[in-house]
Amino acid sequence: MTLVSIAGLPAAARGDLLGQFLEKFGLVIIGLAVFAAVIGLILFIADKAPKRGRDVIQLLLFVAPAVILLAVGLVYPAIRTAVLAFFDARGENFIGFDNFVWMFTQPTILTTILNTLVWVALVPTISTIVGMAYAIFIDKSKGEKVLKSIVFMPMAISFVGAGVIWTFVYAYKATGFEQTGILNQIVVWLGGEPQQWLLVPPWNTLFLIIVMIWIQTGFAMVLISAAIKGIPTEIVEAARLDGANPWQSFWNVTIPGIRGTLVVVVTTISIATLKVFDIVRAMTAGNFNTSVIANEMYTQAFRQGQFGQGAALALILFVMVLPIVIYNVRVLRKQREIR
Amino acid sequence: MSTASVVPGTPGVEEALVEDQNLRGGKARRVKTRLTSRAATVAAIVIAAVWTIPTLGLFISSFRPETDIRTNGWWNVFVNPQFTLDNYGEVLFASGASSANLLSYFINSFAIAIPATVFPIVLASMAAYAFAWIRFKGSDVMFIVIFALQIVPLQMALIPLLQIFSQWLHISGTIPAVWVAHTIFGLPLVIFLMHNFISEIPGDIIEAARVDGANHAQIFLRVVLPLSVPALASIGIFQFLWVWNDLLVALVFSGGTVDVAPLTQRLAEMVGNFGRNQEVLPAAAFVSIIVPLIVFFALQRFFVRGLLAGSTKG
Repeated sequence: MTLVSIAGLPAAARGDLLGQFLEKFGLVIIGLAVFAAVIGLILFIADKAPKRGRDVIQLLLFVAPAVILLAVGLVYPAIRTAVLAFFDARGENFIGFDNFVWMFTQPTILTTILNTLVWVALVPTISTIVGMAYAIFIDKSKGEKVLKSIVFMPMAISFVGAGVIWTFVYAYKATGFEQTGILNQIVVWLGGEPQQWLLVPPWNTLFLIIVMIWIQTGFAMVLISAAIKGIPTEIVEAARLDGANPWQSFWNVTIPGIRGTLVVVVTTISIATLKVFDIVRAMTAGNFNTSVIANEMYTQAFRQGQFGQGAALALILFVMVLPIVIYNVRVLRKQREIR
Repeated sequence: MSTASVVPGTPGVEEALVEDQNLRGGKARRVKTRLTSRAATVAAIVIAAVWTIPTLGLFISSFRPETDIRTNGWWNVFVNPQFTLDNYGEVLFASGASSANLLSYFINSFAIAIPATVFPIVLASMAAYAFAWIRFKGSDVMFIVIFALQIVPLQMALIPLLQIFSQWLHISGTIPAVWVAHTIFGLPLVIFLMHNFISEIPGDIIEAARVDGANHAQIFLRVVLPLSVPALASIGIFQFLWVWNDLLVALVFSGGTVDVAPLTQRLAEMVGNFGRNQEVLPAAAFVSIIVPLIVFFALQRFFVRGLLAGSTKG
């Protein structure tokens, strides 16, 4: 079917689409209208609140919607998940640490945990190093803005989209057939045998990790580039006048100057990596020993109906993120004290 | 500038904006700090190539005839250029049970993303205003709890929230369920970011309005919101893209039907059946990433700001 033939679609199909569109459009309008009415009512009540104790009433009205939603939709569920982790599949019987025993005795789950650790070891470090190198290489070069956009672009698209892009890079055709994936084509051009990149453990995990690095490097690059430009010119110049070669000035001027940013970049990418789900889900669905905790949690809870085991995996994920949360909260508190 | 200094310990944010101005003013005259220039140039070109070629290849593939996609690689277009729009016609408009039906999912993505952007931003602005400008006991503790919540993995909330949706509210598998889920998951970060912005509004302005007899509702609507437009734009773009690109929340709460599920979910299903969908997947992928790409290239400055600000989203 060509684009031209759209006009010739059966009337039913077209009407169906139009109908669908109107229905969704109506739903969105109704949703927004109901929301606007609720907010309007809240602001109206706040506006008309009695003079005495008005501040308190207004305060309550302003924070109530957000706080109630968070309490019901995030805090309560998180606590409940922590409890569910000690219950059986349907959340009915207390079974102590059985879910965790299961987790640490099942070879597949152990592989999953190990994979997650490999992800979190490789993605933040490589993304940060490549992003930093690139930021330094293109600093003040011609077309810096375009060069930045190129590496930054993957950050805008979905992980699923990135997964499709790389699925094609890794595409495999048996020896003797023309390759459709660029990676295998390069291997063949170099005289090698085409490989099934996504099927052979443990290497397939590395090929999934490359996708995440491809996405996160742009983030690291943009932040680090900004930080490098924030280093006072005088310091850089002074180092140069003192006879520092580029390598020395990199270690003694650039690195200390961007240390704070590096910490933010690494912790942020670490959190994102610990929770990585979409890439694995879309590219291998966790098969061939490529699963990670977030994917396994989804599989156990929502595919197998093992709510207890899913909750236990979520709890492990939380425990892994916890040190970073605590660290960030401490930084935040320090900042608020300074203010 | 609007969302400057929003992430704790992110010197990068403010500097990114400084850099913005430098680039615009063309005044970025600085000392050379290159390592070794030639090797660096080569490395930069290699990185730029590795970062472009996968997307470019898929883009070219999406316009190639079906048999070409199946039998040889996209680089063959340089020898044998043949292009068609059939793949796009197929994924968008073909009807039938096995077809991609992406136009319906495209509509769903918008129907999900627009309210799921508006709701958290409005609610968060109100809460942020209260945290920033109404003094009350425990506001600091509450704020820090909310800050910490943004880093708690979504996974911790999924199972019980789905139970609440299906057993109490009976909205599981509907578009409003996805709205509510995204609103809840978006709130901690958006509150935090809006608070950083709203608390920077000069106290004199708020005080002047109070002296004139305005109450909080009036100040919020007439003073704070108009002043917050730049922040609302940046954070709004970021939340929109986050919702648009999401897969996990959609998988859990949408039920996966053609009436509710967004593009990402359909695309993930299609990759799962790579063999059968190989020839339409490139076009399908581009349909799903076209909106983020437009947002990225048209609003890069806002996007960068929102992204830097939103770097701890969870």
